[in-house]
Order: sequence, then structure tokens, then C-alpha cells
Amino acid sequence: MATIDNGVNVEALLEARGVLEGAPDAAQFTWRASSTWQNGVHSTTTIENFFGLGEEQSHKTEYVFDADHPAVFAAPDDGITPIEYLLVGLASCLTAGVASVAQNRGIQLNSVESTVEGNHDIRGILGVDGDVRNGFNDVKVTFNIDADASDEEIEALVAQSQKRSAVFDALANPTEVTVAVA
Amino acid sequence: MIERGEVANSWRRQRWDSLRLLTPNWQSRLPGVRYEGPSPDGYMTASEVVELIERFGAQARAPVRTGTDVTSVQRTDDGYRVTTSRGEIRPRTLVLASGACNLPTVPGFAHAVPANLVQLTPFEYRDPGHLPDGGVLVVGASATGVQLAAELRRSGRPVTLSVGEHVRLPRTYRGRDVLWWMDASGVWDQRYDEVDDLTRARRLPSPQLVGTPERTTLDLNALSAMGVELVGRWAAVRDGRALFSGGLRNVCSLADLKQQRLLDGFDDWAATEGLDGDVDAPERFGPTQVLGASRLQLDLRSGEIRTIVWATGFRPDYRWLDVPVVDRKGQLRHDGGVVDSPGLYALGLPVLRRRKSTFIHGIEDDAREVIDHLAGTLTRSARFGRAHSAVPS
Repeated sequence: MATIDNGVNVEALLEARGVLEGAPDAAQFTWRASSTWQNGVHSTTTIENFFGLGEEQSHKTEYVFDADHPAVFAAPDDGITPIEYLLVGLASCLTAGVASVAQNRGIQLNSVESTVEGNHDIRGILGVDGDVRNGFNDVKVTFNIDADASDEEIEALVAQSQKRSAVFDALANPTEVTVAVA
Repeated sequence: MIERGEVANSWRRQRWDSLRLLTPNWQSRLPGVRYEGPSPDGYMTASEVVELIERFGAQARAPVRTGTDVTSVQRTDDGYRVTTSRGEIRPRTLVLASGACNLPTVPGFAHAVPANLVQLTPFEYRDPGHLPDGGVLVVGASATGVQLAAELRRSGRPVTLSVGEHVRLPRTYRGRDVLWWMDASGVWDQRYDEVDDLTRARRLPSPQLVGTPERTTLDLNALSAMGVELVGRWAAVRDGRALFSGGLRNVCSLADLKQQRLLDGFDDWAATEGLDGDVDAPERFGPTQVLGASRLQLDLRSGEIRTIVWATGFRPDYRWLDVPVVDRKGQLRHDGGVVDSPGLYALGLPVLRRRKSTFIHGIEDDAREVIDHLAGTLTRSARFGRAHSAVPS
């Protein structure tokens, strides 16, 4: 059998799973982002540190994300809209899941592409109609996967990836959100 | 044998009226006792199960002390101290056969449900007539949830079913009961030490099956066709509103794919065994239909729902077991029924030694192996005892 390599270190993940099974405290992570208003509806958010495995952790570098709104919102479009970041999160989370599950199941991936569409009635955020919600009406992800596997195996990869996806869960299920003024 | 009530107590007191076994009659057998009635392909009612177990008890001349509550089990130097409502027993070895379904599991947010709604667990549910008129929210889509949703819908009530991960199965496949396939193809004989993910296998919800004379399939498509509304897993209560997961489609896909893999396995097995001529042609069932967007919230104060039925599973009750062998999730730590305390054993837990462990006919092989181990323990301790007494003092 040819060696399967999707570039995912599944052994390390399985090992971590084994260790954390007996150490639930170490599994408690806190992800953090810090945001600064620039001007107008443009803000810059940086991400560098997080907490996990019982101690402070860092990315290898600071990552910076600009959020703004496009011209149709009468803004200069110096970054994607905040709600589009949810699409970035969902697509990248599900894609990472597909790669990991494929590696674990011994399936070689050749290409994984997806498009994510979030349908959004902006009458909610504009306050036009109080019955319209602010967030997405629905979100649709379409995967196009070329892998050395049957269609059913590919469907199972995508299903399992959703089952284990942090962002899918965060979007599909309610989360307690607290916003405070320091 | 110590029994808190009568023989087959839970089958007498903790089953709803219409319940029938999931296994066909021919399969519901115990050593030396099998179904001899006119419908081997039918499914026993709870009172027929009581009869079967009583018949087995009489035939085996089981020394059952009925009406005896165990209030505590403690470890001693040479065995256990079992305190009961009728005195103390000091056995060297002990088999826990108290089952995995002693208490209904209800999610923590149940207390946030408005007080004017009636809440029931399957232990309290008897028949639709005991429920108030009006809408019912059934939570959980295992065998219990789908059966109660169907029965309540047939009673004329609007029914909403909250669906998380579930196990979809057709009642019959290629003309045979699906549980015939599980048995004959060897799926049910798969041992606990061969199962990929044992924790998961032991937590698997019961399959969406019902035992009816018509042998009908009761999957989510059947429920939708009856007019039951499907919603996602119930995640939280906020401001008197039930919030459901938007992931209904994926739990349905997972179940569709798993059913497909299982049936593919049956087909491969039938072909290998040369049985294709004995059974009907392979069948394929369409995907679970989730039409449109499922509702994400429901106002529990609106009067739409009058009753909530929690079909959210069961857990064992080991509050009387004063031996440190229960994990933090309340499950017994054991290796194929050999508990991590000398002379302590278990029987009748999910995938104890085989996938069939919790089915009536599944106990026999498990019991034989567990009791072999127990007998070995007694023999070894007897030998040790002799050797010990032979040491010159």
C-alpha cells in the first residue's frame, strides 16, 4: 500500500487525545483576539497569544486582520466584512477536518476545494424590519474533493469533519456571549 | 440472586404500555428457554418478556431473593459486605447485574423549561391518554424517541422531534428482519476487544426500530410522512425558548452513511456465504429527507408545546456501590465484565464482551466467560487458602 500523506500528523493528534482523556484540565483552551478601531467601520484585529495545555502559548508570529465594509456600504473596503470572517473560519475548519479524517482513514487527498455561501438579509442589521435576524439566514458549504476514495467515503469524510468541527458547532449551536465594558 | 422487586421487575414497572421488544421472538431466547408460540417473527410485549424470564427463572431454579434492596456494597479483606433491606451477606465474589438503564438522563437545561409544561421521562410515560392535549416535544431519536413520537402523533397531537446523533435501520432488509442480519453476519458477535472505538460503541444510542406485527420501518422519513416535525439537537433554553442545533442535516447524513455501510457489509457477507438465492435482492433506501430549513427555536411559553418527553437516554445507578470502580462519568470500569476490584464482576452492560451483550440472547456467551473467570478466582483463592494453612506455624 502506498504511503498516505496529507501532511497531517495524525499520530500526534491521537496521542494528544489519549493524554487529554485523563487530563481534562489541560484541554481547556482560551483563544484571544485584540481589536483596534482605525477609522469609519475599519478595524484591525491581531492574534498572537492563546492559553492551552495549562500555560500561555503563542503563534510563531502575530497575525493581523483588517475588517471593513465594501463600497455598497459606503465604506472604503480596506478589508473583508466581519461576517465574512465567519465564512473563513467555517471553510478552513471543515477543510482541516477533511484532511485530518482522511489521513486517519488512510485516504490520499489530491485536491480539496470548497465554496461557502452565507445568505444574509441585511434589513436586520439596518433596523428596517425587527423580525429579520441580524445574522445569516443559512449557510451552505459545497465541497469539491479529488481523493483516492469512493464517493461514499468522500461523503463520510465531509460528514465526520462537520461532526468534529469547532466552527460548525459554534455557528450551528447557541453559545453564551458576554460583552462588557472594561 | 438479589432482586429489589419481583423477577423481571423493570419489565413489569418501567415500560410503557405499547412497548414491544426490538428483537424478533425467535431471537429472544435464554439457555433452555425459547419462544414456542405461533409468530416467531413477531415481537414480545413487556408482559410476554416477564413470562419468558419467569419461565427461565423456574427452569434454572434460580435462588432469587425478591423484594430485597441492596443499600451498600463494601470491599472486605476476603470479599464483599452486601447490606440489604433484609440483612447482610458476605460473598467472596459478586456479579453486578443491575443494568445500564436505572435512571433516565435529562439535560441540565430541563430546569429552565417553563413550569406549566408537563415533563416526562420514559419511566413515567404509559400511553398518550395520560398526557394533556396539545403539542408534544419529544427529545431524542433513539428507539424510545421514535416510538413515542409515532404513538403520540397517532393520538392526534402535533409532535416535534428533536434529533441528535442516531442510528437508522430498516426493520427488514432483503426480506429478513434486520436483526437476523446483525446476528447471522456476525456483527453482533464482534468482541469488545475487536471494536475500533469501544467507548463510542458502548455509548451508541439504540437503533430506530419498533416491533410491530406489520414489521414497518420507523426511521425519520417514516415519522416525517406521519407529520412529525423534525428539529435539530436541543442545545439550550434561553428566555423561555428552546434553541435547536442547525446541524440536523449532518446528523442525518452520518446516520444515512452508517446505514449504507452496514447494508453493504450484509451484502458482501451474503455474497461470500452464497446466500444471495435465499434472500431477496439488495435494497437501497433513500437519504433522510430534511426539507427546507428546520426550526432553530421554539417558544415554550406560546402554548404550542404542552408536554416534553425526554427520550435522552439512561444511565446506571451505582450510588449503593461503595467500591471505587465507577469513572467520573458514572460508568463502571471493567474489562469485559471483570471489574477492577478482585472478585467483582458485571453482566448485562452495553458491549460488555460483544455487540449483542445487552440483548436477551446476548447474555449467554458473556455469562459463560465472566462466570469462568469468577470460578477461576474462587479456585485460586481456595488453593491459596490451602497453601496458606499448610505453612507451619
